[in-house]
Amino acid sequence: MKSRHKRGLGIGLGLLLLCGAAYFVLNAFQSNLVFFFTPTQVVAGEAPKEGHFRVGGLVKAGSIQRDGMAVAFVVTDTQREVPVRYVGLLPDLFKEGKGVVAQGRLDGGLQFVASEVLAKHDENYMPPEAQHALDEAAKARMGAAVQR
Amino acid sequence: MWPEVGHMALIMAAWVAVLQAVLPLWGSLSARRAGWQALARPLAVLQLVLIVLAFGALWHAFFVHDFSVKYVAHHSNTLLPTPYRLSAIWAGHEGSLLLWVLMLALWSVAVATFSRRLPQALVAQVLGVMGAVSVGFLTFILTLSNPFARQFPAPSEGRDLTPLLQDPGLVIHPPMLYMGYVGLSVAFAFAMAALLSGRLDAAWARWARPWTVAAWGFLTLGIALGSWWAYYELGWGGWWFWDPVENASLMPWLVATALIHSLMVTDKRDQFKAWTVLLAIGAFSLSLLGTFLVRSGVLTSVHAFATDPGRGVFILLFLVVVVGVSLTLFAWRAPQWAHASQPVAGSRESFLLLNSVLLVVAMAAVLLGTLYPLIIDALNLGKLSVGPPYFDRVFVPLMVPLLLAMVPGTVVPWHVARWAAVRSVLVPGALALLAASAWATWGAAPQDAGAVTTAGGWLTVMGGTLGGWIVLSGAWQIVQRLRLPGSPGLAWWGMQVAHLGVAVLVLGITGVKSFQVERDVRLGLGDSVTVAGVRYQLIGVDNHLGPNYLALRAQMKVFEGEPGNEREVGTLRPEKRRYVSSAMPMTEAAIDRNLWRDRYVSLGEPLAGEPPQWSFRVYHKPYVSWIWLGAVFMVLGGGLAALDRRYRQAASSARAPSAHADKGAGVSALRGAAPAALGSAGVAKGAVA
Repeated sequence: MKSRHKRGLGIGLGLLLLCGAAYFVLNAFQSNLVFFFTPTQVVAGEAPKEGHFRVGGLVKAGSIQRDGMAVAFVVTDTQREVPVRYVGLLPDLFKEGKGVVAQGRLDGGLQFVASEVLAKHDENYMPPEAQHALDEAAKARMGAAVQR
Repeated sequence: MWPEVGHMALIMAAWVAVLQAVLPLWGSLSARRAGWQALARPLAVLQLVLIVLAFGALWHAFFVHDFSVKYVAHHSNTLLPTPYRLSAIWAGHEGSLLLWVLMLALWSVAVATFSRRLPQALVAQVLGVMGAVSVGFLTFILTLSNPFARQFPAPSEGRDLTPLLQDPGLVIHPPMLYMGYVGLSVAFAFAMAALLSGRLDAAWARWARPWTVAAWGFLTLGIALGSWWAYYELGWGGWWFWDPVENASLMPWLVATALIHSLMVTDKRDQFKAWTVLLAIGAFSLSLLGTFLVRSGVLTSVHAFATDPGRGVFILLFLVVVVGVSLTLFAWRAPQWAHASQPVAGSRESFLLLNSVLLVVAMAAVLLGTLYPLIIDALNLGKLSVGPPYFDRVFVPLMVPLLLAMVPGTVVPWHVARWAAVRSVLVPGALALLAASAWATWGAAPQDAGAVTTAGGWLTVMGGTLGGWIVLSGAWQIVQRLRLPGSPGLAWWGMQVAHLGVAVLVLGITGVKSFQVERDVRLGLGDSVTVAGVRYQLIGVDNHLGPNYLALRAQMKVFEGEPGNEREVGTLRPEKRRYVSSAMPMTEAAIDRNLWRDRYVSLGEPLAGEPPQWSFRVYHKPYVSWIWLGAVFMVLGGGLAALDRRYRQAASSARAPSAHADKGAGVSALRGAAPAALGSAGVAKGAVA
């Protein structure tokens, strides 16, 4: 009888521990999800005004401006554009006209302040998110053409 | 001609694998065909010979620049230096899978060779299951990912190997990782044999242990090499990015770590049987999942060089079959093992149970963070990513109790709680706490304005205390044990060395997380930057011609000491390379290492303006080498444990599972209990318990 109580207590404690762990994991998980938005979505105001997210597309040709370690450029999906500011070293494959994904937050208006800039390690390779942004924009253009 | 020979050899290997999967298993299950069991060993050897032939044929194609073979044309180039030409075989999808089956064949032959003392039926079943796994992979290679596919007309020049992969790290990282991944198939095959035969006792666990520990050691080494390679090759100074591909290798590692500990309980106490089998299935399934994630192209990651979504479906189906079949068998057999007695709270088994639970929860957390974005993307619910902060926030609180349980778990005896044993290691714990506090207070490098640094705080105290406690109490246990007569056995030493490795790793991570200094800066010729009390002066930037690349190379002189009294201690030469054939840029960081700190400089891009300037990232990374040093200790410990003679004792003496109290096994029970008992009661009492 006593050992059965003990076992019950053990199982109960174990379950409690697991539930606690699950709660804690899911909580951390939820607060660290970073969503991706295309420039069109950002301009349309669908991106969060506060909090981190990712934006991606192509680095607009001729848009890179440097000032010391700070750099400003424009991410475009060929439809809409989002200006991005970043301070630090850029990845090797960051180039005008190439795919890029930036992570950061909006600075009040439509200025994006990046804490991280990702460009992929292969000259032929487009970050899937950047490709997605271009595809969406192309779809929107097609849709508009059909409507007209 | 050689590519065709290789292709033929692979086809034959697939048929041999089919025979290896069917005949010995059939023989082991039917008394009338018992003779077929003996076929397992020769078939495994034959399969290895054929796969080695195929591998050699592909190597030959790389060596002679046979660009009519598509795979060679895609991953090699006449300018590519010979060592990389040969390691390029596992740079892409097709070759990696060929490496996978080669490793599987090697492990099969290893099992065939070192299993003379195992019952014939068990060997037949283990090799049969491994044959079945091999059938799956060979079918995949032959139907969807043939490395010998030709293309006409043959290009006169190959596309070249991704510059990132032109590095000694790549030569050894994938083979080691794959040895680990595939080695877990041995543990899986042992588990399946237990499920098929219903025989799962201490002897079974003892046979499975060295194989599992060996696979775990390779996996550890593979992960550590990958981390080390990323650290110096990617130029970002990080050693772990929580990248999905890294997670894909970490998940099987976590479960394999739980498995080697759970196997010990099955061996010594005849408990945790169903759990052990489930862990073995889980570890191998996760290594298949890892293969799927890396090789299917579903990931957004730095490792996305070899991608092809169509193939993912096959691996996914294969994974479903493996998991489905093994779990069905498990559901059928497990109830008969489930009613073992409960572990007593505070006994060694209870600590090992905690170890299992925490490691599996950690794996589940990593799995959630890795797969969730993929699932959401697949369901078209949007694109998202799970940032490293999630993993940090989840992983640290799960690892702290794990590390905390490590010391008491090794000093308490089996079956009973003995708090006196835990009390005896409290002194090392207190010493570790003192040392860690001192470390957090005075461990930081001199501060300078403009640098990003993370000052030591309570995390430093915690990490330092945990690591220090494991080191000090390990030393204390060794001293106590050496006073006893007899040798503690290689497995015991292996445990001590591997645990020391964990401690060194924890101290390294704590040190670098607490005290690293990072600085992004623009410098012209003659300018300097001071990071962590060390001055770096840019002396020159010139062009440099490598075998197959052009590099922009900076020269930085490094000065130590107070201004006015400084001395030059060396020159660092970070490079920015541009590879000729692919025009791809690569950052080649310059690192000055020693045991206590790394000085790490990477060259950014030239900045427009007059006079010319360049951007640099300069790191001071204290204790970073300890991360890999710790992994080396863990691997050494695993190697020692795998070589323990006790695992290779004759089947007859290992037959009686619960008779550990006598003879050879009794010594091992005493081994575990002795240091604990010494602390208080006395040797005899601990051994009896």
